[in-house]
Amino acid sequence: MDFLRRARGERFKTLDKHSPDALPDGLWEKCHGCRELIYAKDLAANLGVCPRCAYHHPLTVAQRIDMLADAASFEETDHDLRPVDALGFTIRGTSYQDRLKYYEESAGVPEAVISGRATIDGVPIVLAAMATEFLGGSTGSVAGEKIARATERACDERRGLVIVSGSGGMRMQEGLLSLMQMAKTSAAVARLNRARLPFISVLARWVFGGATASWVALGDVILAEPGTQVGFSGPRVLQVLKVKLPEETQRAEFMLEHGMIDMVVPRKELRSTVATLLRHYGRHIGPCKCGRS
Amino acid sequence: MNRAVTELDFEKPLTDIRSAIDRLQKAAPRKVPDAAAQVAKLEAEYDSTLAELYSHLTPWHQVLISRHPQRPRFLDYVRSLCSDMLELHGDRRFGDDGAIVGGPATFAEKSVMVIGEQKGRSTKENVARNFGSPHPEGYRKAERLMLQADKFGLPIFTFVDTSGASPFQADEERGQSWAIAESLRTMSELRVPVLTVVLGEGGSGGALAIGMGNRVLMLEHAIYSVIAPEACAAISWRDISAAPEAAAAMQVSAPQLLDLGLIDRIVPEPLGGAHRDPAAAASYLSAVLQEEFARMPVGDIDWSERRYARYRAFGRFQTATA
Repeated sequence: MDFLRRARGERFKTLDKHSPDALPDGLWEKCHGCRELIYAKDLAANLGVCPRCAYHHPLTVAQRIDMLADAASFEETDHDLRPVDALGFTIRGTSYQDRLKYYEESAGVPEAVISGRATIDGVPIVLAAMATEFLGGSTGSVAGEKIARATERACDERRGLVIVSGSGGMRMQEGLLSLMQMAKTSAAVARLNRARLPFISVLARWVFGGATASWVALGDVILAEPGTQVGFSGPRVLQVLKVKLPEETQRAEFMLEHGMIDMVVPRKELRSTVATLLRHYGRHIGPCKCGRS
Repeated sequence: MNRAVTELDFEKPLTDIRSAIDRLQKAAPRKVPDAAAQVAKLEAEYDSTLAELYSHLTPWHQVLISRHPQRPRFLDYVRSLCSDMLELHGDRRFGDDGAIVGGPATFAEKSVMVIGEQKGRSTKENVARNFGSPHPEGYRKAERLMLQADKFGLPIFTFVDTSGASPFQADEERGQSWAIAESLRTMSELRVPVLTVVLGEGGSGGALAIGMGNRVLMLEHAIYSVIAPEACAAISWRDISAAPEAAAAMQVSAPQLLDLGLIDRIVPEPLGGAHRDPAAAASYLSAVLQEEFARMPVGDIDWSERRYARYRAFGRFQTATA
C-alpha cells in the first residue's frame, strides 16, 4: 500500500508528462482541455477537473482509490501478482520482460489493476481500479486474474463490486493468454450476478477492445466520467482497418445516447452516485441471513 | 495436385511448376512428343515440393493459409457433418446477421445446436455476410440459440472463422462490445457441453464471443489471435509490414497454442491445406468430432462448472517475493 501513502501526499499532476504541453513541476498546470493555466492547488482540490472547462484529467490509480474509498478503508489484496513474459515476446530486440520493468518504474505500480477491500459510506465492497498509466491499462494475465479474484472475493465475502476501468484492450504481448481473460472475467461476473451482489462498472479515460467487450459491459450499472473514450476497436486498430468513425462516436456521451451505459457522471459526483447505488442495490451485501456462508 | 487451387505467394515454387505443366499441355504434340511423361514427372515434383513447403511453415504462412479465399467455410463443413440443419434467423431485437449462421441439426444421430461464423465467397455473398465479421445482432442471435440449446438439452457446436467482429459506426451504435460480453457471460453458464472448432481465422473477441467451448479444437492451419497481426505490427512495430514478425511473436498457430495449453486438440488437414481437398478435410473433422462428441454426454454433468474451471485457469503470472 506504499503507493497509496505516497499518492496521498502528492499534489495533483496531469498525467501526460511527455506531452509537449507539459509544464515543469510547479505551481501551475496547463489544462489539456481549454489549454488555460490553472493553479495546481485548485486543480487538485477539484479532483483533477478543470475549474474552467470541466475537462477531466486522468487520475492515477492511487488518486482514484483515494477519491472513492472511505478514508483508510482500502486494504490491498493480490498485490504480489506480477506479469511474466510467457511468449518471449520481443520487438526489434526489446523484450516484453525489459519493457515491463520500464512500465513499472514509470507508472509506479507493478501492473494495470490495483484491487482490494474497501468501504464506501460504510458499505463493504471490493474495489478494483485500473492504471491507464501502466501500458495504457492494457489487460493481460495479471489484470485479468486480479479482476477475476476481485469478483470472486466479492461473491465469497458478500461485498459489492466496484471496478473503475481504464484499458486500451487486451495486451498483445501475452497473445491469446490475454484474450482468454475476457472469458475468465465474464464468467466471474456471471457468478456475482447469481449471488445477487451489485457490480458497479465505472469507465474512466478510455476503455476499448476486449476490456469493453467483457467485464466492463457487464456491470449492473455502468457509469462513465464525461468525455471517456468508449469503444470496441481502438483508434489504432481502426487506422489499420481503414475505418473512420466520427470522433464523438467512441465517447461515453454517445454510448449513453444509444442506451449502452446508464449515466455520465462528473467526477465530483462519482463517489456519492456509487454510494447511492450501493445503498439501493446492497440488500444482499453483508453476511448471509439464511445461515449459509 | 488440385488444379482449381490458387497458390499463395509463398507457394511460388508450386506456381512455377504448374505454369510449366500448363505450357507442356498447350504445346503442340509434335513439338513435345513426350509431354505426357514430362507432365507426370512435374506433377510428382509438385507434390513433393508441396510436402516440402508444408513441412516448415512459419506462423505467417499459417495466417495466409487460414485466410485463403478458397478455404472451406463453416457451411461447407456443416453440409458434410450434418444432414439436416435448420437455419434459424434473427436476434428478436434488431435483425438477422448473415455472418453468423445457426440452428438445430442432427449429428451422430443426436440433436445438436450448430452455430458458426460464415465468410462469403463471391463479392455478393461477402457483402451479405459482411466478410464474415459479425454485427451485434449476430452475437445476439448466437446467444439466443445457445440459450435454447441449454433449455432443450442440445449439445452445442460452435465454429469460428472471422477476422474480427464488425467495427463500424452502426456496430458501435448497437453495442458491439455489449453483445460480445453478454455472449461470453451466457456461454459461461451453459449447462450443456460446448465444443468449439476454429476453422480458419480466430480473430480476437469476435472469435471468442462464440468460442468459449468446454473443448476447443483448431484445424491444423487455423490461427487464433488476440489482435490481427497487421494491427499488432502497426502498433508495436510501428510498421504494418512487420505483420509476419508480429504473428510469430504472438504465437497464433495451432501447434503453438496447443503448447500454451489454450486449445485441446489439432484437427489434421489434407497436405497443403483444407482448400486442396475439402472433402478430405471434412471427413477428418467429422472423425474427430465423433470422438469428441462421444465424450460429452448431456444430462448428468453440469458442463458450466467445468467450463468455469477451464477459463479460470488461463493466464500466466508469478508471485513476487517481498
